[in-house]
This record gives sequence, structure tokens and C-alpha cells, in this order.
Amino acid sequence: MTSTPEHESGDAGQRRAKPARVDPTPEHFRRLHPLTPLLRGWGFLALAIGLGGQDALRSGEMGRFGLTALAFAVVGMIAGLLSWWFTRYGFDGDALRIDSGMLNRRSRRVRLDRLQAVDINRPLAGRLLGVSELRLEVAGGGKAEAPLQYLAVDDAVRLRAELLARAAGIDADTPEAPERVVHEVPLDRLMWSTVLSGAFVAGVVFIAGIGVAFLFFRDSDITIGLLSSMLPGVIAIGAALWAQLGRNFAFVLAESPDGYRIRKGLLDTQHQTVPPGRVQGVAMRQPLLWRGKGWVRLDVDVAGYGGESSDDSQRTSTLLPVATYEEAAEVLRQVLPGSDPLSVPLTHAPRPARWLRPFGWKKLAYGVDEHVVVVREGVLYRNLTAVPHAKTQSVRIVQGPVQRRLGLASVHVDTTPGPVDAVIAHRRPEEARAIAEEQAERARLARKADVPEQWMARYRQQPAPRPDGHADGDGPPAASSERDQE
Amino acid sequence: MEEDQDQLFAPPGEAWQQVSRKLVALRRLVLVITVALAGGIAGVALGLIFGLPAVLIVVGVALIALLWGLWLIPRNWRAWGYAERLDDLLVTRGVMYRRLTVVPYGRMQFVDVASGPLERRYGLATVQLHTASPATDAKIPGLPAAEAARLRDRLSALGEAQAAGL
Repeated sequence: MTSTPEHESGDAGQRRAKPARVDPTPEHFRRLHPLTPLLRGWGFLALAIGLGGQDALRSGEMGRFGLTALAFAVVGMIAGLLSWWFTRYGFDGDALRIDSGMLNRRSRRVRLDRLQAVDINRPLAGRLLGVSELRLEVAGGGKAEAPLQYLAVDDAVRLRAELLARAAGIDADTPEAPERVVHEVPLDRLMWSTVLSGAFVAGVVFIAGIGVAFLFFRDSDITIGLLSSMLPGVIAIGAALWAQLGRNFAFVLAESPDGYRIRKGLLDTQHQTVPPGRVQGVAMRQPLLWRGKGWVRLDVDVAGYGGESSDDSQRTSTLLPVATYEEAAEVLRQVLPGSDPLSVPLTHAPRPARWLRPFGWKKLAYGVDEHVVVVREGVLYRNLTAVPHAKTQSVRIVQGPVQRRLGLASVHVDTTPGPVDAVIAHRRPEEARAIAEEQAERARLARKADVPEQWMARYRQQPAPRPDGHADGDGPPAASSERDQE
Repeated sequence: MEEDQDQLFAPPGEAWQQVSRKLVALRRLVLVITVALAGGIAGVALGLIFGLPAVLIVVGVALIALLWGLWLIPRNWRAWGYAERLDDLLVTRGVMYRRLTVVPYGRMQFVDVASGPLERRYGLATVQLHTASPATDAKIPGLPAAEAARLRDRLSALGEAQAAGL
């Protein structure tokens, strides 16, 4: 095994603006899809028509309105066209460079060795027109680094393959690696999981309650009021349907040498690719109503995904929207190679914890093995969190006044922002200190053995491209096919 | 029990490195200014509406807050401490909510040194370590400027030497 390549970690900021000397955009750089101005501008145009139309209806001057709308459309279209014309992207050394802006030229370089994920999203309008959006997640950025809106579907797929190949440290012309489907979510299970979700049930109960009230006051004048007060229930049901069913429709999780691939979505579709070693933590969750079916869901922390709004973060951080316990356990073992978080021996919280967690304290437990730290908690909403030692960012001990009185302290294992948080709550002080010290040491050792950032580069020097960790039969053919050219 | 508690936040070596005593003076100054401003505004506003009794109540509340703060600040100062180890930095703080943060040098993304106008008058600076997790809570206020610069340089050198990918 060759040593991990050195990176200058000092400049974690990937965007390096160069106001002093902006190189002219190289000739081979490409433009976005020509329909981009239309797709980006339609919202603006709709707003103009909406506002102007209201005004026109009120004053009755349709002719002037038509002219205004036309003027808006022309101006918007010209601005969009100019922006499209001056936006070009391409590879510059080992970074992706995006130049944009007409008056204020802006040149962004996205360092690919820090690439955390590549997503291809296709909003409904984009699907109709055959274009898609490509997003790069780079750690450190608050939000997605430079979404490329919009690219032709073929271009997006080709660019993704090239990005992944370069990030992996292999030849850029390597075609997309083959994949093996790990899990597909059946539609009936997805529907049932939606129906059994808390928001859906709450919405139904709410509407049913109002319906009963409606029966009692049938003959009075408040019918309209009652009907309109059902609206929150309807909204809750709609939101639950959309969040679980609409977004995770036709959910496919596949595994390839490039990491995990996720495809999902009913109207807007998403294709996510998370390279190996980018998973910062996994949580297995079981809502109360799913327990009868034995279903769980898996969420992951990936650096870059969590920095967005919580809604977006929930959308991008789903590893399995619903699966049986066994299936989820299998996936869990694959994303955290070398360990089985579900069979890690756990130690329970001490008795005084019952004062702070009257119901859940017996369930409160944590454990460690060679690779991960595991935290379990929750009575109604069960939760199991696993964070690889190598991904520990820092370790904190926190002790509040009540905990101090009871002789307890909590240890936080910090990870990148996202839905997964490992908090070893309510341990004895001496134990808490020991956990913190040992976790820091385990993290230090694990970092040295972690998957290198250029996850394929090590195969270039090695004749046998089969690592021990990858049990799939495919192997990484991408690496072997181009080895001769190097 | 009390011994356990002390063990929990015990220094890794001989003793915690403490922050400058001038931090107490700085914080007291800030407290006095804040209380005077807030009390003054509240006193005038309430005095105009409700008359003299309201002013007296405001003055009383402000005085209590001031005394309590003046007493609390040295305690809080004493709770701050940091220790540089071979592979990580330890920072402890807090009286009511006590915290101890262990930050591996290899996990550091960048180091911030900040010094506001008041801090500069006292020759102090604040050093803050950032990792990829926003929850990491490694801030050391009240360092003498020279110590802050030394710490920053040492941390960045160590961070570079031990850097790991995410």
C-alpha cells in the first residue's frame, strides 16, 4: 500500500479568486446548455407577468401590459444570453474552473482532491427539455460549490465521470465505472412508510377530528370555517407525501468503485454519487409506527450536504428511505467497511441518568470497536448512530449544573454538519474523561489508515486491483484499463 | 463525588495554561459600559412613562446585575484553560456549564486570531480553531498578543504537518 498523497491542507478554501491576474478563459472551455437562459429566466418572467397582469386587470389597459411584459421578456432574455455566453467551464490542471460574468469576471477553481460528492439533479422542466444540473459538493463551502446549471444530459454524465476519475486520481478519459445495485425500495413499501409517518397520521387525525365536529354542527353557518380549518391537516399530509413518496420515488442505491450512487425522485430526479471514504457518519432510525413492520431508515453525513438548509440536507442525506432491519444492517456494514455497528458491544448509562432521561435511560448506551463509535438511544423513536473514528473532528466533554450534581457528563463526538450527531450522553465523570481521551487517540490512529482522498491512485502502482474491503465482483476495471497508458 | 468532578476537567499535565488576568479587567469594563448604557436607556424611557419609582427599580436591577457580573467574571476567568499536547489541543471553560474540547491538530481547517478595539487596548487577542464541524468549540480569549501569535504559528505548523483529508 502506498502512502497517502500529501495535500496542503492550509488552504481548505477551494475557491481562489484571482483579482490581480485573471487568465483569459482557455479556448477549449465549454459553455452551458443553450436553453439555460430560458430555464433560469422563466421564474423572473412569470413574476413580471404576474405583477404586471394584476395591475393591468385592475386598470384594464391590456395593451400597455402586453408591451411591458414583452419588454421584460426581451431584457431578461438578453441578460440571460449574455450571462450564458460569458460562463464557461473546463479543467485547468487538476481543478475544475468556472469562469463567469461579463463586467465582473469571476474565475472559480474547485479542487477535485477535496471532492465530497457529485449530484446530477433534473428538475421537472429540465427533464422535459433534456437538461440537468450538476452540483459539486466540496467540504468547507457553506453551500454547494458552483452548481452547473444547466448541461445537456449526456454532457452532465460525461462530466461527472471525468470529475470522479480525476478526483480518484486516475486517467481523466476513464469511462464511468460499472455499478451493482444494492437496494431498490419497492413502491408499496414506500407508500406504507409514508402512511405510517408521524406527519401523515397527525394530518389524518386532525382532519378526522374536524370531520366529527362537522357532523355535530351540520346545520349551522360555520361549514366554510370548518372546511377551511381542515387545511393544515391537508397541508401536513401533502408535505409528508411529498417528502417521503415524491422525493424517494423509485429509490435505487447502487455501489461502484466510485462509491455510492443514489437515484430517486418522482417529478424532480436526483442522481447522487458519494465517493469512498466520504461518509462521515451514519444513523439508523426507527419511528414508532414503523416498528410493527420492522422498518428503519438510514441517514448519512457527507461533508457539504449538511451545510445547506435543513430541508435540503434531509433531501440529500438519505441513504435508505425505508428498508427492513436486515437490509439496512447489510448496507450499514458496507458503508462502514471493516465493522459491524449493530454487533458492537454496548455499555449502558449509569443509574443516575434516569433523573435526566426518565424514560429512555435504560436504552442509552454506547460502544466502540476498531473503526466506529456507536451510540444508541430512544424509546419511542429509536436511533443508532455510528461515526468512524477516522472522521472524528473533535471531542468535547460537556457538563451542566444538574449533571454535575448527579455526577454525570456527556461526551460529544463532533462530525461535519448533517443529520448525524454522536452524543454519548450521561456517563460517569471518570468514564467520560477516559472516553474523550481514548476517542482522540483512536481518531488519531484511524486517520492514518483512512481511505486516501484520491481513492484510486493507489491502484496505479499495484498490479492487483482488488482491495480487501471491496467485496463486489466487479473490481475497479477503470483503474486497470488505463494503467498501461501511465 | 467532588474528586470525580475535578478529575473530569483535570489538566493533562501539571496545570492548565491560563489566559491573561487582564481579561477580567476587560470584561468588567465591557460589563460596566453595557449595564450603564442599557440601564440608562431603560431608566430614561420607563422614567418618562411611569415616573420616579420606575427609575429607582431600574437602578436597583442594574446595580444587582453589575455586582453579580463583577463577582462572576473572575470565576469565569479562572475556568478558562488550555493545554498543547503532542497531537491535540485541549481547551476548557465554563463555570455552570463546564466544557472540555479536544481538537486534533490534524483536523484543523484554519486558525482565527481576532482582536477588537477594546481587546487591543489591553494587548489581548482571541484565538479560535476551526475544524470541519461547526460544533467544535475551541476558542481561547484573552491571550497576550505575543502568545496569540505564537500559538497561531505553532498550531498552523502542526496542523500542516499532521493534516489529514476529511
